[in-house]
Amino acid sequence: MIKSQNNTAKRHKLTTRLWHWVNALCLLVLVMSGLTIFNAHPRLYWGEYGASDDYAWAAVGSSQTLGYVRLGEIKIETTGFIGNWRDSNGQIQTWAFPGWATIPSYYSLAEGRRWHFFFAWIFSVGLAFFMIRSMFNRHVQKDLHISRVEWRPSNILRDVKNHLRLRFHDSGGVNIYNILQKFSYIGVIFILLPLMIFTGLAMSPAMDANWPWLTDIFGGRQSARSIHFIGMSLLVLFFIVHMITLLLVGPFKQTWAMITGGKREDSDHA
Amino acid sequence: MRKILTRRTLITTGALGAGSLLSGCDALSRNQTFQNILGSAEDANFLVQRALGDRMELASEYSIKDLSPKFRANGTRDPGTPDYAASAAQGFADWQLRLTGLFKRPQNFSLAALLSMPQRTQITRHDCVEGWSAIGQWTGVPLKLLLDLAQLQDSAKFLVFHCADRLGGRPYYESIDLLDAFHPQTIMAHRLNGESVPIENGAPLRLRVERQLGYKHAKYVTGIEAVATLDNIGEGKGGYWEDVGNYEWYAGI
Repeated sequence: MIKSQNNTAKRHKLTTRLWHWVNALCLLVLVMSGLTIFNAHPRLYWGEYGASDDYAWAAVGSSQTLGYVRLGEIKIETTGFIGNWRDSNGQIQTWAFPGWATIPSYYSLAEGRRWHFFFAWIFSVGLAFFMIRSMFNRHVQKDLHISRVEWRPSNILRDVKNHLRLRFHDSGGVNIYNILQKFSYIGVIFILLPLMIFTGLAMSPAMDANWPWLTDIFGGRQSARSIHFIGMSLLVLFFIVHMITLLLVGPFKQTWAMITGGKREDSDHA
Repeated sequence: MRKILTRRTLITTGALGAGSLLSGCDALSRNQTFQNILGSAEDANFLVQRALGDRMELASEYSIKDLSPKFRANGTRDPGTPDYAASAAQGFADWQLRLTGLFKRPQNFSLAALLSMPQRTQITRHDCVEGWSAIGQWTGVPLKLLLDLAQLQDSAKFLVFHCADRLGGRPYYESIDLLDAFHPQTIMAHRLNGESVPIENGAPLRLRVERQLGYKHAKYVTGIEAVATLDNIGEGKGGYWEDVGNYEWYAGI
């Protein structure tokens, strides 16, 4: 159902494919090294300050016998997974996130930070490049603009129903992307990913001197840290949904298309 | 049955793949060359953060109502040496801050001499590398005033802060460059929240270098050494945590 608006036979342009995989690697490393950094102080606060004696809205509790996550006043036991888990040698560890979810798999805040900042640079430059490019080649205006018709609740509802019936590739005949795809595309690339960069920068004491308004926008350094963590959780959620749709639509064909470019007439998207 | 086996194979393969990816990351993480490549981000952070703003931009300052109820202490809580204990017992009346190295006029300052100099009071946010923050009110002598008296030689490029505490048998130290040294908020603090700095927070003298993370804020400072290079101090990386734990020398992020 795609009305192709350019002459290339490929479904995904080379730059899109390159960016997709560089981004995938960056996000994987950023999430996992970010969890290492989180393990140094597994508590989240609202406001400008927050340390061990202050109230944390979210915290990981750990001991030799018990691991739990506390959200507000709700405690969820996570023994074996978060706060209390066994490493590859069978030893009980009481760091918040387990070794299989962190880079490096052992606890090293300094090494986690190095991985994080190195890949944060690649990720940020790539994202900036992609955003500028998609403005200039009118990818945004052409493919992502949401028309008044598309905003109609009836259209959104129709698309939700289609998705529930596992029909993912009905864009209503006009667009490359259907409305839910547009929402998630815009939400992730133009809101969530930049938000991760800016909340990350808002935690930097040097940036606080350079751009004090940045930390203020998020309501303080600890709020920025909390939003950074929530944003990461949403990205992981996006990744899971991305993988589920990929599996439903055809994992091999879709992945192959994202590597080689695929053919333009394949209209389904993951 | 066939399908289950296939799926199981798939999952096992996936788990093995993830496992080898992880151990691959660990191997890379322990590789010095790869560490250096990753560490190049530090240079980028340093250059970009120094290029933004006018280089003497102040860190945010807050009001009394913003203070943390308790200012968390980290690292050494008490140097614990007989000398330190003896000095603490007499309110650090004998404490000396020695300015050595590449100064035209190396000299010592007693705590009383420092207290008689012009002071700066600032309420700032202390950001620990671990992720937590505490807001405290610090009072101290601007480092610039001490540097004006002792007069740096032209070859001096860094200031090294020697401390009374030891961690894991090594003396704690830290270093900053001259841009941070002359920054208006860089002070030798002796008061926290209107009281003498508590022992756990670095009594009697603690460096405040507000645009960097907490581990740069050396506690229990006994000496400031002006040097041309950091190579000959400790293991040459510019600080205790830099030497011991691969932490970045530039801690602006």
